[in-house]
Amino acid sequence: MRFWKALTVGAALLATAALAQTTITIATVNNPDMITMQKLTPEFEKANPGIKLNWVVLPENELRQKVTTDIATNAGSYDVLTIGTYETPIWGKNGWLVELSGLSASYDLEDVLKPVRAGLSYQGKLYALPFYAESSMLYYRKDLFAAKKFTVPTQPTWTQAISWARQLHNPSGGVYGICLRGLPGWGENMAFITTLVNTYGGRWFDESWKPQLTSPEWKRAIGQYVELVTKYGPPGVTGNGFTENLTLMSEGKCAMWIDATVAAGYLANPKTSKVADKIGFAKAPVAVTPNGAHWLWSWALAIPKSSKKVDAAKTFITWATSKEYIELVGNTQGWVSAPPGTRYSTYNNPNYLKAAPFAKVVLDSINTADPTKPTLKPVPYTGVQFVGIPEFQAIGTQVGQFIAGIVAGRTSLDAGLAQAQAAVEKLMKEAGYLK
Amino acid sequence: MLLLIVWTQIPFILTIYHSFRRFNLLNPERQGFVAFENFSSLLTDPVFWTSIQNTLVLVGSVLFFTVVIGLFLAVLFYQDFPGRALARTLVISPFFVMPVVSALIWKNMLMHPVYGLFAWVAENLGQRPIDWLAVYPMQSIVLMVSWQWIPFAMLLILTGLQSLSKEQLEAAKIDGANAWQEFRYVIVPHLAQTLSVVVMLETIFLLTIFAEIYASTSGGPGLATTTLPYLIYLKAFGEYRIGVAAAGAVFAVILANIVAVFVLRMIGRNLQGGRT
Repeated sequence: MRFWKALTVGAALLATAALAQTTITIATVNNPDMITMQKLTPEFEKANPGIKLNWVVLPENELRQKVTTDIATNAGSYDVLTIGTYETPIWGKNGWLVELSGLSASYDLEDVLKPVRAGLSYQGKLYALPFYAESSMLYYRKDLFAAKKFTVPTQPTWTQAISWARQLHNPSGGVYGICLRGLPGWGENMAFITTLVNTYGGRWFDESWKPQLTSPEWKRAIGQYVELVTKYGPPGVTGNGFTENLTLMSEGKCAMWIDATVAAGYLANPKTSKVADKIGFAKAPVAVTPNGAHWLWSWALAIPKSSKKVDAAKTFITWATSKEYIELVGNTQGWVSAPPGTRYSTYNNPNYLKAAPFAKVVLDSINTADPTKPTLKPVPYTGVQFVGIPEFQAIGTQVGQFIAGIVAGRTSLDAGLAQAQAAVEKLMKEAGYLK
Repeated sequence: MLLLIVWTQIPFILTIYHSFRRFNLLNPERQGFVAFENFSSLLTDPVFWTSIQNTLVLVGSVLFFTVVIGLFLAVLFYQDFPGRALARTLVISPFFVMPVVSALIWKNMLMHPVYGLFAWVAENLGQRPIDWLAVYPMQSIVLMVSWQWIPFAMLLILTGLQSLSKEQLEAAKIDGANAWQEFRYVIVPHLAQTLSVVVMLETIFLLTIFAEIYASTSGGPGLATTTLPYLIYLKAFGEYRIGVAAAGAVFAVILANIVAVFVLRMIGRNLQGGRT
């Protein structure tokens, strides 16, 4: 009896709340740029008095789980999802997302970078708007490099990078030669490792979907990675993802770091970085081939089909991905923190170019990352640092664990890769790709 | 009563139902009845067997440490000494820390190789700091979970001790028993029932340990700390294969029953043998 009473009271409360105002729930990642977006909530609510914003901010891995289960079970807890270039085409294909057509002329869709737009479309239909876009690049400490008289070309090689890491590694002086991601996860350590495998000439699958994890290219790339992080990296690498490395680098504990270009604004900002004036920028190193040596990723905002407030949600996502929003961040947070990689206009903006010495490298990297040609040898998939199939989350995360196991010395290189290969083969068989 | 039965059994029935179906959240097209495919998928997976082994190692070691140390502490607190109440409160407090919080405290404040207390102590002693969670992952988890569950064991054992009459102990003393004999032949047999209750309850709780692993090692490095509950979680929320996860849950129930029967038998026999 009491149960029913509670239920009716609850329903009545919900109804009155809905009448008063539209509240949209936004699920997003705890990256610095999204935290800024959350901070600017009052600005949006001032401009759109009928809409209130309710934020759910989570670490990347948790966010992915929450959002994926929510959309797949049609639960409808969120009105705006933060998803990436991996999920958007797959979910668009499943009919889970609202197609974003008929955007106003003032939004100027043509101003959005072509490769980024392509990455957020399925069969020519756009399903998400890019909040920021990124590739990967090399960050290095100009002061440490100058002291050793090393010069960094715009396109370094892995041979150079390895020798720099070896000579700059000085743990007793509190500086590690190179910081790299080691936290297991398809969007964490595997994002970086896949670009490394690509540039060493490897690939995830051959044309008939046979996994290639025991190929000589994988062995070389992973062997190289393990040597780098265990000999010239900080302790506890297997616990370091993007955020942890960003902290290490901005505290001045790394001589080099290869990671998302989006970190540049944070590292070059004296408010958030102890080494803001000492950071140099170069393209991610290459080994055998430039194909797939740096990734392409965009965090974008999409609306699930299950949302009952599509119009309000659309108002919000066009605001958060607009030129005006970039201006707003530039003027309130400093131009160095403006969301990068999404609009040509950002890269023609003298304010931004003055504040962001890394702008050219970032734009070049994004424009030269080609998800349709990620590897030296042909592959049946698209995606630079991921494989664009629904099963890749499981595959990437499992392989990420095996590689963390090799780094921690729990298995040998060969044994770890053999286990990973067997696991991937099993998954691909059960998913129906392999007979 | 009916409501209670429905309330508790529906999830389990649904689990069994799903364990016979292919149900991948990301792939709405491929769904349906697959008979025993999910079970065979697990049984042919080396990861599954590793996870069972890890689960047994974790439960076994934590049981051992909590019961032994809990027993020791209980006997200690059975004596009178100044400041007993305060000390008892301090010893019990770990049990009231939430699992995720305790895992994060251990991971970031104690075991972290750069910022942790252990690293700081090691550096001051001129040692190289150890990356505990990477080098000794299972041992670290056992340490964490034991730290949390010792108070539980201690409290129950202490309650059991309260019912031991002082006369018995005095009688043993008069008969010339030393402290060890007193402990071995009076206290432990008296606690037989309490101990089996402690072991039983702890086994049930420990078989489902998840938060500590999730928040500290995520089942890694490699498969070092992937236990059965964590594997089920991976299948459900890492791979979104609800069918396989449900099959895993069915195995978990079977495992819990086997372990419980086995552990109780073992305990029962040892304590019986202790009576002379």
